[in-house]
Amino acid sequence: MSDLVSSASTSDVPATPRLRGTVALLVPAAIFLAFALAPLLVHAGLDPFYLSIVVRIMIFAIAAVSLDLILGFGGLVSFGHAAFLGIGAYAVGILASHGAGDAFLQLPVALFASAVFAFLTGWISLRTKGVHFIMITLAFAQMAYFMMTSLSAYGGDDGMTLWTRSTVAGSKVLGDTTAFYYACLGALILSYAICRCLVVSRFGRVLRGAKENAVRMEAIGFDPFRFRLVAYVVSGMICGLAGFLLANHTEYVSPAYMAWQRSGELLIMVILGGLGTLHGAIIGATAFLFLEEWLAGFTEHWRIVFGPLLVLVAIFMERGILGAVTRRRR
Amino acid sequence: MSEAILDVENLNKSFGALRVTDDVSLQVMPGELHAIIGPNGAGKTTLLHQVSGLLASDGGTVRFGGEDITGLPMHARVHRGIARTFQITSILPGFTALENVALAVQGRSGSSFRFFGIASREQALNDEAASLLDLVGLAARADLGAGTLSHGEKRALEIAIALATKPRLLLLDEPLAGMGHEESNKVIEILRSLKGRYAIVLIEHDMDAVFALADRVTVLSYGRVIASGDPAVVRSSPEVRAAYLGDEAA
Repeated sequence: MSDLVSSASTSDVPATPRLRGTVALLVPAAIFLAFALAPLLVHAGLDPFYLSIVVRIMIFAIAAVSLDLILGFGGLVSFGHAAFLGIGAYAVGILASHGAGDAFLQLPVALFASAVFAFLTGWISLRTKGVHFIMITLAFAQMAYFMMTSLSAYGGDDGMTLWTRSTVAGSKVLGDTTAFYYACLGALILSYAICRCLVVSRFGRVLRGAKENAVRMEAIGFDPFRFRLVAYVVSGMICGLAGFLLANHTEYVSPAYMAWQRSGELLIMVILGGLGTLHGAIIGATAFLFLEEWLAGFTEHWRIVFGPLLVLVAIFMERGILGAVTRRRR
Repeated sequence: MSEAILDVENLNKSFGALRVTDDVSLQVMPGELHAIIGPNGAGKTTLLHQVSGLLASDGGTVRFGGEDITGLPMHARVHRGIARTFQITSILPGFTALENVALAVQGRSGSSFRFFGIASREQALNDEAASLLDLVGLAARADLGAGTLSHGEKRALEIAIALATKPRLLLLDEPLAGMGHEESNKVIEILRSLKGRYAIVLIEHDMDAVFALADRVTVLSYGRVIASGDPAVVRSSPEVRAAYLGDEAA
């Protein structure tokens, strides 16, 4: 499976980010600028409801970027990434239910819990390859899912409603729609910057090398497992951050956040946008959630349209939306 | 006589009922070019996998520089000074030729758990990689994607990658395989330039190359060592002729 992934993404995408030149910086800059300016449209008369969709997009974009770090650059097909969304969200919900409603406690706990879960599950699952890795990450995420559905003290199946958003050092600043919007945008830019920094670093170069040819990396003295494990933990923590924001956005925490369908959606977002580019994951999340919203406006059976659409993308846009656009430009 | 750098003793490996490595012992002296020959399926590549650590052995010991490394994984052996190439070229096709070598330099120059800074712009790594590319005649190809190089160039690149780990022992698995006459002469020239500077184990089917380069030849057949010693002596051994050289030497 990792072979399949790498042959699809390395055939004409240069592995050296530097080679993609300034275009690689312009695209994400344009994306972030668009997100930054979107709230102005509300002043121009746009329904604020759309802003709420954009917030949702940015949060899932963070999760998708974190998945692209291990999938697009490490060749690790995690089918359980939504577990981290849930862990981040439950850190908010569980602490809030005990009266600890401040982000300065909730966020570190969310990140730490995600890191621990990633380390323990990664330590086991990264010893497997291909289909087995997919299955084992799925299994761990489902274990987390069923654990939360059966924890009736924290809402069980029904999830838990948050009475208020997290405070920041006692201040209710995140309750303000605009402030929360820009907090999410800040988190997205930060996550993107961290991942971008990682993939071009020494560490990232080993990770990318191991995706292309793990045996060759071992033959020059690297143990791919250690690099993959660190990447997996970083990725899980970033996705945990997305979970923290998601709980605050919906003011609700549910086991559904970590259901396998959600993990599948994250994979689709990354592949839809274009693997191994990071900003492709943002584009993918945007396209996925907009399409979902738009099609759901026509019919409740929107999946009947959405499914075939994804099939067409898989067939005709092998490298995702970003790949299709850049190919045309050349 | 000085101490052997590689000392393989009674090494065994079976796949099911098939004994692929059957009680093999051999030594490689520092600076020596030790060729391993034998018919297809004799277990040459398996032996190299066991020495490099890609495959675990069922029995026997591998000593390198006096240290028992039998239980070490491949990446740990690389740090002790064992580098190898593969029968089927093993490079990073999506990376440039320069980066393929620079990564190997990176492997022994400081920690690779560095999360900041752009690795591909580290001058010290690139300079050393460039000089190694120059050594194998690929200086002009440095910035091309390794996957776009010709077969012969890929083989040469793989040798440069192996050298970048600063090995004391080089394991080369059929470096001339699948090459035309001209390409193969180039690689033979590279091997000649390495001879004496590294201990080398060379698996090769090209007998002209083997007898031109080797200080010692070991012949494997069905996983067993059937002859080992001076190339001229091995060449004239009736047992070897029967098992391997056969018609070719007749």
